[in-house]
Amino acid sequence: MGLTQLTRCYWLVPVSFLFSNTAVAEETVPRWQTNMTEGVTAVSRDIYGLHMDIFWWCVGIGVVVFGVMFYSMIVHRKENGAKSANFHESTALEILWTIIPFVILVIMAVPATSSLIKIYDTREADVDVVITGYQWKWKYEYLGEEVSFFSNLSTSQDEIYNRIDKNPNYLLEVDNPLVIPTDTKVRFLITANDVIHAWWVPAFAVKKDAIPGFINEAWTYVEEPGIYRGQCAELCGKDHGFMPIVVEAKSPEDYALWIGEQKTAAAKVRELTNKTFSFSELMERGEQVYQSSCAACHQADGQGVPGVFPAIAKSAIATGDISEHLSMVVFGSRENPAMQAFGEQLPESDLAAVITYQRNAFGNNMGDTIQPIDILTYKTQSE
Amino acid sequence: MAHGPAQGVTRWFFTTNHKDIGTMYLWFSFSMFFIGGFFALVIRAELFEPGLQIIEPEFFNQMTTLHGLIMVFGAVMPAFVGLANWMIPIMIGAPDMALPRMNNWSFWILPFAFAILLSTLFMEGGAPNFGWTFYAPLSTTYAPPSVTFFIVAVHIMGASSIMGAINIIATILNMRAPGMTLMKMPLFVWTWLITAYLLIAVMPVLAGVVTMMLMDIHFGTSFFDAAGGGDPVLFQHVFWFFGHPEVYIMILPAFGIVSAIIPTFARKPLFGYASMVYATASIAFLSFIVWAHHMFTVGIPLAGELFFMYATMLIAVPTGVKVFNWVTTMFRGSLTFETPMLFSVAFVILFTIGGFSGLMLAIAPADFQYHDTYFVVAHFHYVLVPGAIFSITAAVYYWLPKWCGNMYNELMGKTHFWMAFIGLNLTFFPMHFVGLAGMPRRIPDYALQFADFNMISSCGAFLFGGAQLLFLFNVVRTIRSSKKATDEVWEKPTGLEWELPTPAPYHTFSTPPVIR
Repeated sequence: MGLTQLTRCYWLVPVSFLFSNTAVAEETVPRWQTNMTEGVTAVSRDIYGLHMDIFWWCVGIGVVVFGVMFYSMIVHRKENGAKSANFHESTALEILWTIIPFVILVIMAVPATSSLIKIYDTREADVDVVITGYQWKWKYEYLGEEVSFFSNLSTSQDEIYNRIDKNPNYLLEVDNPLVIPTDTKVRFLITANDVIHAWWVPAFAVKKDAIPGFINEAWTYVEEPGIYRGQCAELCGKDHGFMPIVVEAKSPEDYALWIGEQKTAAAKVRELTNKTFSFSELMERGEQVYQSSCAACHQADGQGVPGVFPAIAKSAIATGDISEHLSMVVFGSRENPAMQAFGEQLPESDLAAVITYQRNAFGNNMGDTIQPIDILTYKTQSE
Repeated sequence: MAHGPAQGVTRWFFTTNHKDIGTMYLWFSFSMFFIGGFFALVIRAELFEPGLQIIEPEFFNQMTTLHGLIMVFGAVMPAFVGLANWMIPIMIGAPDMALPRMNNWSFWILPFAFAILLSTLFMEGGAPNFGWTFYAPLSTTYAPPSVTFFIVAVHIMGASSIMGAINIIATILNMRAPGMTLMKMPLFVWTWLITAYLLIAVMPVLAGVVTMMLMDIHFGTSFFDAAGGGDPVLFQHVFWFFGHPEVYIMILPAFGIVSAIIPTFARKPLFGYASMVYATASIAFLSFIVWAHHMFTVGIPLAGELFFMYATMLIAVPTGVKVFNWVTTMFRGSLTFETPMLFSVAFVILFTIGGFSGLMLAIAPADFQYHDTYFVVAHFHYVLVPGAIFSITAAVYYWLPKWCGNMYNELMGKTHFWMAFIGLNLTFFPMHFVGLAGMPRRIPDYALQFADFNMISSCGAFLFGGAQLLFLFNVVRTIRSSKKATDEVWEKPTGLEWELPTPAPYHTFSTPPVIR
């Protein structure tokens, strides 16, 4: 079986590439879009239908109410010689316009209720993904697969600060998108590590708050392979506008292939813990880790934001005792919860690299290095 | 017997006169309106195009937070209290407010509250940056140090509001002229009576929630900290138990104002007075049982979700009654369109549009798409700007001649109206579109497909801001003008205020009027 599967996989690699470049390529979002997306799931189409129904009811009521109003404003003008009537009560009318809106509301409430019941049915999912909101990134963890990763904004600072042209997916692109299979009920278990975030993908009509201490459930069943984009929808601090969500829906076969690759890659990263890195290797890797995990607060140049986020350059910790530095990065700050415990977020190799980088970049020049295995030892001892 | 105001600045410090205090409330509110408006323009300037140009995200969040807090607590609420101070004693034939010294106190603590709040802008770590809804734990564990000053400021504002509300209730229930039965009171008095009860019911809840925050931040409790066994969602329940009635606090007096203005310019009595009173009371009652519609996405159980959806939809019924009553008041009237009427008509149209989007937001499944997007921003600005701001503006044009004795410039008033009307719609209508297209609220930078509508919004916002400068100019000019208004000011308006000389004397109804 091994051989056949392998051959099939080789076939699929180029095919999946083809897909992601052409057929799967999303439609570009039109400018001047004025309405909600219909989305790509049964639920999103349901919601779109509800949205349009209630919208047309409102338009209808509006036409009647504003019609009468504008009629009066045009016809019953004093300058046209209109004499005012003196009526000021009509019980029949009052009852009528209490009952009619009530009936309309009941008509709307029925389909809304059945949609809601459907949306709340999170049972019998085939794939479970734990989504954790962090300031300001998402972590995706595939339950039972030992695959987990962070998803960061990949738009460059140069684009944000208008130094270069913005690409079409400006602010809606990430380094590692969430990958889910199509034609499968995927359940999202949503929580947060620090403040409240909200995970939202309009095309799925899934929006659920990510709340520390709670695990919220949502689900989707995507029919079309494609790339779907969303954003954090709950104010979560400085970079709330800079933690997008990108979901790549792949066919079940492609998904199986992808998850297999991820497992292999995860095993490789674990192996790196035992590798001894050279100084330049650590610095190179460390810079990448710094830019994706640290720069949001401490800034790309290590200068921080005065009064809000401390600088790394010339900081007492990065230029002091390495064990203090290690503790700060691995376990976070006791005084300032904004400094997260990166020990659970990053592999040992990345932790070693980024600590080395911080101690030697930004003019710190401490000249010392730390290896992944040292991090592992430190973690085990601390436990 | 009759004596005028004291001379010099101490007149304003020590006054217990409802008209002086009303004037101070209104000027205070006006100045806060400009500060809050300036913050809004900073936001709109940054959002003029994609990318970060003018301010950093950290400061952007401070602007959105302060814009909301200043407008809600500094501009809208004090303006209504100012109008209540000026008009309620006159409308019910009372010589003054029931508790004049407390009246002075409830005004004079306000400038301190807002001085504290605004001073946070100059503190290390910056001003509060967690939105006017200040959700924990962003506003507790993760807040800048200035949050403590914010809490103190909110406490003072709350105390001021509670005192104002007690005063209004005491005045209305005890000080009515003989013959002024409850069902003869002008609707402005009725809506304020109900609003005052809402204030007394919910401002202590707000005080409670900020106190819990204070405890979490400084005294080691964990009300809202999951790591300590607390519950971040509890914050939202308590906040919105205050917050939802709060939004009606900002609209019910507006209902009263337009219910006074529309009949005057339609030259026809208000249609359905009694149903207006009952509708106001129903809205006030419902406002206490709909709070979790702000929280449809936090993961409340299905039964809760359904209950709050149904209760919220129900609010459309009494609100509809009000709109139908105003429209029917205009029907077969003899209409003219002076500035107060223009603002009132715009109020009815635009508030109804805001009501429609509110009805859409009530549909819980659809709210999953709308929640925390610009659609919500469009919705609440459509109810608050034409709702609260336009009605306050209408009230100022309507009663200003009675207050200061001089007639405002009608052409300038109408120009103000059209600039504000066009500016408002340019600013907020496109927000429906970007919200539906997927733009989250409270972001300092956005994806490229939202660029065009945001640029239109920003242009509209500056037009709206400019219109308000014209308003300020017109008001100042009227006060200093020599163009006297008549005692009636308008054509046969109803209400005790129009039986007084113009300008209204410093003391009125020292002997109760005869109510026919």
